[in-house]
Amino acid sequence: MKSSVIVFPGSNCDRDIATALEKLQFKNQMVWHKESKLPKSDLIVIPGGFSYGDYLRSGAIAGKSLIIDEVIKAANSGCLILGICNGFQILTETGLLKGTLLRNKNLKFINKDVHIQVINNRTKFTKKYKKDQILNINIAHNEGNYFTDSNHLEKMKDEDLIAFKYCDEIGNKNKNSNPNGSLEDIAGIFNSNKNILGMMPHPERMVDDMISNKDGVNLFLSLLN
Amino acid sequence: MKITNKIIENHGLKLDEYENIKKLLKREPNLLELGIFSAMWNEHCSYKSSRIHLKNLPTKGKHVIQGPGENAGVIDIGDDDAIIFKIESHNHPSYIEPYQGAATGVGGILRDVFTMGARPIALLNSIHFGSPKHLKTKSLLNGVVSGIGGYGNCMGIPTVAGETKFNETYNENILVNAMAVGHAKKDKIFYSKAKGLNKSVVYVGSKTGRDGIHGASMASAEFDENSEEKKPTVQVGDPFTEKLLMEACLELMKDNSIISIQDMGAAGLTSSSVEMASKGELGIELELDKIPCREENMTPYEMMLSESQERMLIILEDGKEAHAKKIFEKWDLDFVIIGKTTNTNNLTLKFNKKVQGEIPIECLASKAPIYNRKWTKKNIQKRKINLKDLKKIKIEDALIKILSSPNHSNKSWITNQYDQNVMCDTVQKSGSDAAILRIHNKDKAIAVSVDSSANYCKSHPITGGKQIVCENWRNLITVGAKPLAITNCLNFGNPENKEIMGEFAECLNGIKEACEFLNYPVVSGNVSFYNGTNKKNIYPTPVIGGVGLIKKLSKPISHKFKKNKSNIILIGKTFGHLEQSCFLRENYSIIEGMPPEINLLNEKNNGESLLKLIDKDLILSAHDISNGGLITTLSEMAMSSNFGAKILKPKKLTNLFKYFFGEDQARYIIEVENNCLSKVKKILADGNIYFEEIGVTQEDNFEIDGDLKISTKELFEINNQWYNNF
Repeated sequence: MKSSVIVFPGSNCDRDIATALEKLQFKNQMVWHKESKLPKSDLIVIPGGFSYGDYLRSGAIAGKSLIIDEVIKAANSGCLILGICNGFQILTETGLLKGTLLRNKNLKFINKDVHIQVINNRTKFTKKYKKDQILNINIAHNEGNYFTDSNHLEKMKDEDLIAFKYCDEIGNKNKNSNPNGSLEDIAGIFNSNKNILGMMPHPERMVDDMISNKDGVNLFLSLLN
Repeated sequence: MKITNKIIENHGLKLDEYENIKKLLKREPNLLELGIFSAMWNEHCSYKSSRIHLKNLPTKGKHVIQGPGENAGVIDIGDDDAIIFKIESHNHPSYIEPYQGAATGVGGILRDVFTMGARPIALLNSIHFGSPKHLKTKSLLNGVVSGIGGYGNCMGIPTVAGETKFNETYNENILVNAMAVGHAKKDKIFYSKAKGLNKSVVYVGSKTGRDGIHGASMASAEFDENSEEKKPTVQVGDPFTEKLLMEACLELMKDNSIISIQDMGAAGLTSSSVEMASKGELGIELELDKIPCREENMTPYEMMLSESQERMLIILEDGKEAHAKKIFEKWDLDFVIIGKTTNTNNLTLKFNKKVQGEIPIECLASKAPIYNRKWTKKNIQKRKINLKDLKKIKIEDALIKILSSPNHSNKSWITNQYDQNVMCDTVQKSGSDAAILRIHNKDKAIAVSVDSSANYCKSHPITGGKQIVCENWRNLITVGAKPLAITNCLNFGNPENKEIMGEFAECLNGIKEACEFLNYPVVSGNVSFYNGTNKKNIYPTPVIGGVGLIKKLSKPISHKFKKNKSNIILIGKTFGHLEQSCFLRENYSIIEGMPPEINLLNEKNNGESLLKLIDKDLILSAHDISNGGLITTLSEMAMSSNFGAKILKPKKLTNLFKYFFGEDQARYIIEVENNCLSKVKKILADGNIYFEEIGVTQEDNFEIDGDLKISTKELFEINNQWYNNF
């Protein structure tokens, strides 16, 4: 399985995702944002960070960068695309995923381990998880408060496009289990084709028992076969 | 322009210092030159009041590769790995403009570390605020925490440990100390010493603006009611550009293009160029027309004194210019050759093809003033507190008072605003005695901690100085790390006041004595004087940042209780010292008497024995006993885990409050499983270590036989309410 990690100026989880991918036997390449050609890849990852400093809207400038045209082309031809954190924000800026990520409801950066539930496990990204499985996973963002219009929300429900929802350790969803005010506790979504996943939590931080847990491993193993 | 007394004073120079400048130059300086002297001769850059005391500190050791005098200290952690670290203050700017002050404090210390070739792997901080009741405290706390987080999060470097304290002594002068720790290959360390003639001097990074002009001089004077007007002297941070600068520098450092490199920190272009030339015993010539400027019509004076952030000065090997330029262009950064090294031993500044200023380098460096300021010994106050004279309280109420106080409350409101996990090597983060960072792709790790004890230092500076070194040492030991070296940030009041200078001298003596005894050298540091407003000085607040090594990372030790029905052992002797304790402060507002005594021999023996137990994998958890005494330590172990504890009353009962709240030093709590108990007891007995078996862990409740019973859940809630309600 060949993967490419797109590196923007200001990306800072690029090394983390590369380490996780290599650990799980992906053949990974880093792709600098100024390049106009993407190497042949089965998976493209847009990592977390502060692309271009995020001084405008998060992900806004990256969404207009040179390499992004290639990512859009690849996405439209069915290549798997994973956007994590800032990567999710960039995907919404490009229009590959609908909706937007607003500032956290408490207006502060939040880094902590939270629980999320696997809502749809019948996709190439999530098939190794059980339906409704609860994962303990790290978040680290300032703008993770997902919002979209009601038509799109209905469509996501009808087509099973919600990947993960925030919850507590036994799966309850309420104000306290939702860290950032996200609409309907949404933590990650797919596009209609389910070849694109955008998520705020960091699965690459959950592949090693020494530093956390292995709750992110199955996402990568799902992609492998 | 004629240099008047008013101009001299505005530059923070004394008239006799100005006379000295004239003597050294053998003429009057022009305004540009005066500005440069003021930038180099101020307290912040010259260490003129502290230098003679600092030189007494132990700075050498088996692990030390580079001690003080460079951008940061460097230690050897085995194999081909080195750790580069330093702590620095950004107190004055953070009080004037908390977000930018704190953010650029983080930016500055990160540059110090990556300038030397290290990829930063951890950030720490020690922040001190005034009383929570003070009007400004809330907005300062918010601004500083957002600023620290804003910079570190964007850079992608985890902020893993720190301390936040409140005390009214900081009402008008907060402290913001930031520490950065980086990892480098031992054979790829870069220094600031220039070498060779006619080498290209290159400016890289952000453009120069008018921000931060005279920042270092501002930080070398007391505040007064007009301090708000100093806002323009605070720099504005751009962590995105710093991230690019870091990646570009680290990329250029992969080969042998760089002769020397220095970041532009305090006093910007002036101090970086003088530093490089002075260490290399060379001259340096700069063409200021070439400086990339952010604003129009900037004068040489403004360019030389600007403290715009995210800039570096590099001296390149011949013929490497094109190669280096390509790297910086890739990262969209300015790269301009602005001058060369010379054999004149002068700092020569050209603008519009004319020499605008010329100063012998030695006048700015080795001939800068050094003062042996007058100091007096502390008048010590030996008052003993007799509990019989105080109002009776219940042990439970006293404990709740401590755990719910601003200084002891759980700080996740703060630490959740910092990305502690990015880089994926954070094994243990804030909330433990020390944070643990794995060395990337290896099975070894370092432990880091920052500590201070201003109350102890105020009441008895020598003991206070010793105590913070010991506490820092203990914090590394409890996570199983061998303490290797420290960096210190010495925050004090006005050094022209002989009592304040006395606090400085005596604290430093204490630090020296403890560092020598524990073989724990000082490899870098920073002095911040003039912390105070209108002659009201802050408490002496030296802050110690320590780094220790975990050779083989197998099972990290934390302070959380791990198992039901395991044994709780107290290492070290309890005398029941209550003066200067948290118990008296929080319950009776009494801040009097001597701090607990430090016995360095016990410190060393107890600590080394504990390290032995951890190395042999004989214990489940460990926590050092510090503020709040035994009972607070036990509560912390309980409320951070799923277990409580049942504690027996001491057999030789002196006084329950003294026993449980006393702050005697060199003590630890460890948790031991039944099957390891006899081995642990044997090792402690063989080492002549005093210990007591004081109880066992249990489910749900924290209990002292007959005197206290409280659920761990409740303890957790008590400990977690203050910040959320503030």
